[in-house]
Amino acid sequence: MADNGKQHAPHRGDMTGAKALWATLANHGISTVFGYPGGAIMPVYDALTFYPEVRHVLTRHEQGAAHAAEGWAKATGEIGVCMATSGPGATNLVTGLADAMLDSVPLLAITGNVASHLMGTDAFQEADITGITLPITKHNYVVRDVEDLPLIVAEAIRIARSGRPGPVLVDIPKDIQLAAFHGEIPAPHARPEAPAPSPESVERALELLRGAQKPVIMAGGGSLNASAEITALARAWDIPVITTLMGLGAFPSSDPLWLGMPGMHGSVAANRAISEADVLLGIGLRFDDRVTGRVSGFAPNAAIIHVELDAAEIGKIIRTHVPVRGDARQAAQLLAEGAQPTPSPEWKAQIEDWKSRTVTPETYGAGYAVKAVVDRLRPDDILSSDVGQHQMLAAQLARFEKPRRWINSGGLGTMGFGLPAAIGAGMAEPGVRSVVIAGDGGFQMTAQELATLKMYDVRNVKICIINNSFLGMVRQWQELFHEKRYSEVWLGDSNPDFIKLAGAYDVPGYRATTAEELPAAIDAWLSDPKSALLEVVVPHEHGVFPMVPAGAALYEMIETEPAKSPDLSAQMQDAAEEASEA
Amino acid sequence: MTEVRDHLLSILVRDEPRVLTRITALFGRRGYNIRSLSVGSTEHPGVSRMTIVVSGDRGVVEQAIRQLEKLHDVVKIIDHSLEKYVDRELVLVKVAITPESRVEVRQIAEDFRSRIVDVGRHALTFEVTGDEGKITAFIEQMRPFGILETMRTGRIALTRGSNADIPTHVYHEGETQALQPTLEVQPREERARHVPNLF
Repeated sequence: MADNGKQHAPHRGDMTGAKALWATLANHGISTVFGYPGGAIMPVYDALTFYPEVRHVLTRHEQGAAHAAEGWAKATGEIGVCMATSGPGATNLVTGLADAMLDSVPLLAITGNVASHLMGTDAFQEADITGITLPITKHNYVVRDVEDLPLIVAEAIRIARSGRPGPVLVDIPKDIQLAAFHGEIPAPHARPEAPAPSPESVERALELLRGAQKPVIMAGGGSLNASAEITALARAWDIPVITTLMGLGAFPSSDPLWLGMPGMHGSVAANRAISEADVLLGIGLRFDDRVTGRVSGFAPNAAIIHVELDAAEIGKIIRTHVPVRGDARQAAQLLAEGAQPTPSPEWKAQIEDWKSRTVTPETYGAGYAVKAVVDRLRPDDILSSDVGQHQMLAAQLARFEKPRRWINSGGLGTMGFGLPAAIGAGMAEPGVRSVVIAGDGGFQMTAQELATLKMYDVRNVKICIINNSFLGMVRQWQELFHEKRYSEVWLGDSNPDFIKLAGAYDVPGYRATTAEELPAAIDAWLSDPKSALLEVVVPHEHGVFPMVPAGAALYEMIETEPAKSPDLSAQMQDAAEEASEA
Repeated sequence: MTEVRDHLLSILVRDEPRVLTRITALFGRRGYNIRSLSVGSTEHPGVSRMTIVVSGDRGVVEQAIRQLEKLHDVVKIIDHSLEKYVDRELVLVKVAITPESRVEVRQIAEDFRSRIVDVGRHALTFEVTGDEGKITAFIEQMRPFGILETMRTGRIALTRGSNADIPTHVYHEGETQALQPTLEVQPREERARHVPNLF
């Protein structure tokens, strides 16, 4: 059973490196670690039995452990911890680390490694995991001396959560885990104060805002901790707010000032507002290419203010008129002072017109199903998604009133992220529903984590599979840009019976195949006292729109799904080529 | 953007395993071009100093500096284009000689204050120290006689004056200089470019 050996913690006995690791995690308030044991980390797993204050969650794959830790971190804003053995265990964490790096998720990864004297000899299950993860971690360590171990772990936690957060990996050779430890377990580092923006930069930003007639705010993942301040700022200046894929929830979507998400599958209002704004205030974002479209056509009329903690992001993609380096919360507070609503009435009217062009899916399909599901979410519920069409649909259609209720793989676009992330988030917050929307393709990349739900009797994870029998996003691109040559995207003949698959793990399953069946199926699925799975079978070839073709500017977006015609592909290709030449 | 040219950076790093890999991997991954790199210990135990010559326009170099600042083992970065500095490079040059050319080769070396470090029947090896201009000139002067081999240390640099580059407390977080606006704000009319209405 899951808690085997933990009911009566034996006397801890002599300190070792492995025990010092758990003691350090415990005194940093880390309550849960997601992981998977193996040869080179066995001393750590042995020592775990002496530390019942830390719960270890056994996933079914190390990638699941990494994503679950990410889900935990994204929901709570606190550090997530994952653990694996050397070699294949460690390399299985790599996708999660890369994901956490691109989405700035505070993550601590602990790996075992072969004994120090074997490192570098190609020993059994040896991989140079610090070398492998060097470009996808904020920092990483190999522990060479057992007395350094707690200090390194404390420092790793500090680095992971300070400044712009990110993953840190600590690799511990087996002999270090076993070695006697004589030192003290360090107290946690104080959280460093985020740097305040310089008064000059704030003054210059204010000056621009005061002169703006068509201002717009764009809030990214770096603004989730400044949600209240940004909301106050936007309302004080009466400036409309766009939230990026990573920033959804930073501004309440019920507020009339909210314009939705920008970018490749962004809303008409958001993309048009960016294209015509005269001042764009970006907060906590990095102007990803999926957000900007063709860079030369991004916000062509705007003076750009960029509030960002990471100096390297300022000016990296978009040339900035007023860089404001520092903490988003403090910056938003300072910018809200002395606010004077400036937008012209014409701008407000224009925005309302664009907003009215939002299309709600009315015919049965993926969008219709996603809308039916997200409309049933309560404000506290956490919505996770996997990667693909359903992710973009969920981002377009879900409404978030507060931050950290939307969990997805934005930067890396990791298929298989959804289920384990939702498990991590659901275990972090057992009191709310952790709903995950996935496609039939991505779900199968980490479907084995259904066992984790069963093992820990997790009751609040609700899985919705939008099954179109295709790798839908790739299929959409093949339809639009490759003349419908559907290369290796058809899953329909080999998909499992998802209800039976869930049933094999004692997860109840429900299915809907029509608009008529959908409401009752959703009811049954959500009201099931256990974690449950809902499969919605939808038509094969629906696309996600609006869409900005790769290489096009935001103002060249295609608003609605074009009528299916043989020459559509050619048209889209022409549009993309024209755009890239311009 | 500004012109592509060489920029001289000094980077003080904690002397930790893989620190050189971290820096070169960052340059490689982001496509910054390293022209030369030299590394050595400093007067502070645990701190090494690198001089890197990066080729690129101002934007590329600023981006490189800001990315470097995020590396945990980087203690300080000095951009020598922002202040006065002295720089040197040491080069060993093996020049072919004949009985006829021997005197002339030695005379040129003397003019450059270059030392002979090895004497062979058919070759002399010179040690030349100086800035880039002097070294290039030396090599050009010797080229007609036949250069057999050269090895350069790469440029090394220190800022001028009595200020030490290394802060007394080395374990501090990298600090970015106050960011300068990268663009002038144009009046709105001039800013306005055409956004075609494709709808």
